[in-house]
Amino acid sequence: MSAEADTLLAARGLGHGFGAIRALVDVGLDLWPGEVLAVVGESGSGKTTLLNVLSGRMQPESGVVWYRDPAGALHDVYQMSRPALRALHRSDWGFVHQNPRDNLRMRVSAGGNVGERLMAQGARNYASIRAEAIDWLTQVEIDADRVDDMPHTFSGGMLQRLQIARTLVTKPRLVFMDEPTGGLDVSVQARLLDLIRTLVARLHIAVVLVTHDLSVSRLLADRIVVMQRGRVVETGLTDQVLDDPQHPYTQLLVSSVLQA
Amino acid sequence: MSADGNGPMLRTEGLAKTFTLHLQGGLRLPVLRRVDLDVHPGECVALAGPSGAGKSTLLRSLYGNYRAEAGRILVRHDGAIVDIASALPRTVVGVRARTLGYVSQFLRVVPRVPAIDIVAQAARGIPYDEARTRAASWLTRLNIPARLQNLPPATFSGGEQQRVNLARGFIGCHPILLLDEPTASLDNDNRDIVIGMIREAKEAGVAIVGIFHDAAVRESVADRLYHVTPLQDAA
Repeated sequence: MSAEADTLLAARGLGHGFGAIRALVDVGLDLWPGEVLAVVGESGSGKTTLLNVLSGRMQPESGVVWYRDPAGALHDVYQMSRPALRALHRSDWGFVHQNPRDNLRMRVSAGGNVGERLMAQGARNYASIRAEAIDWLTQVEIDADRVDDMPHTFSGGMLQRLQIARTLVTKPRLVFMDEPTGGLDVSVQARLLDLIRTLVARLHIAVVLVTHDLSVSRLLADRIVVMQRGRVVETGLTDQVLDDPQHPYTQLLVSSVLQA
Repeated sequence: MSADGNGPMLRTEGLAKTFTLHLQGGLRLPVLRRVDLDVHPGECVALAGPSGAGKSTLLRSLYGNYRAEAGRILVRHDGAIVDIASALPRTVVGVRARTLGYVSQFLRVVPRVPAIDIVAQAARGIPYDEARTRAASWLTRLNIPARLQNLPPATFSGGEQQRVNLARGFIGCHPILLLDEPTASLDNDNRDIVIGMIREAKEAGVAIVGIFHDAAVRESVADRLYHVTPLQDAA
């Protein structure tokens, strides 16, 4: 087993079960810098387990995940020490949850939520932390005069944008996203999709995106991985997989979507 | 076919495509067989053939939107030859960004993004302010007035959406352009504007493959026809 040259993240032979249910069966994948990879499949197909395993939040029964640091060195994610993995999650990696409340600190101001990640990286100058927090709020289209407001005064869409600001402020190279538009009104989803797409392209961030919504994957992802019962059944260019699906399960998924 | 000098920009060798419909009991629909096509810089090849013959399937296969079953699809890209049929997905992403442009029949975009940004985001290698300026001039040329340019195209007419799509396809200045019915929902004035754009692209050395149902358009832009013939059902 080996990782291909210049991959940012590589997984081989991932396997995991919950009791009798196989959540991951011999899953492997590669991710390159700046690439957006969507993992699609129905509930229970193993896509969220895959996200947790790739990000080192959960150790699988078998398999390996390598991560390439900015200096070019490969790290076996499961061999990293806890503090090293936590440091990685605070700096070079980010995780966007479906429910922003799982990531945000609801008793800390909006600006504090963004600035906290900078302080965790060692930033100490209050004025510059605040300035950068305000800059990021503006980038995610939250008015600068909301910087001192508490997150509980924000709408669902604003909370999700605040989570994205909090995640991207450290300029991560790799972001894991779990149904980032999942709990939102349709009208809010479109704006958030455009925001994610624009920021990811401009900052050249690699993304592993879990979604059950094929149209979200079409608009955001370069490549797609289709999972069924813990296995990767098809992978390829997003529009090719969606417009010319090869595997019976992918054909079923694509043909089951209502045309809007 | 050479990577830099003369010769075609795009060549297919023995290209074949069969659809297998697993939900229909594995029904096999052969559409393309032994497609051998050369397209040179500055040349426009029109795909001809009856409805259902596979013209769109061929065009989509050239773009990598459909997966070729057999054969090769060679394009000159960044001074090398790339086979779209066997290239890694991320290589195809690069080919599409810099070499291979595609104008589809229908606009499919993130909702609520203004037309001018949809077009500007397709520009390559220039600052965004400049991309917006160029987008505005393409849209204006295509008779999308300034007051519409800042609106998302969801509420536009079919013809207006198609013109946004054309602006998006042409702003990238790709050396190869694939055009799927670029004038289908346009009136005569706008059709003539698109004919002018295609001719200019040819003069600039762009290699073009297109489907043009409108005979007047086909005659005024195509250098030759490539006949796509329906295959006998071999299921």
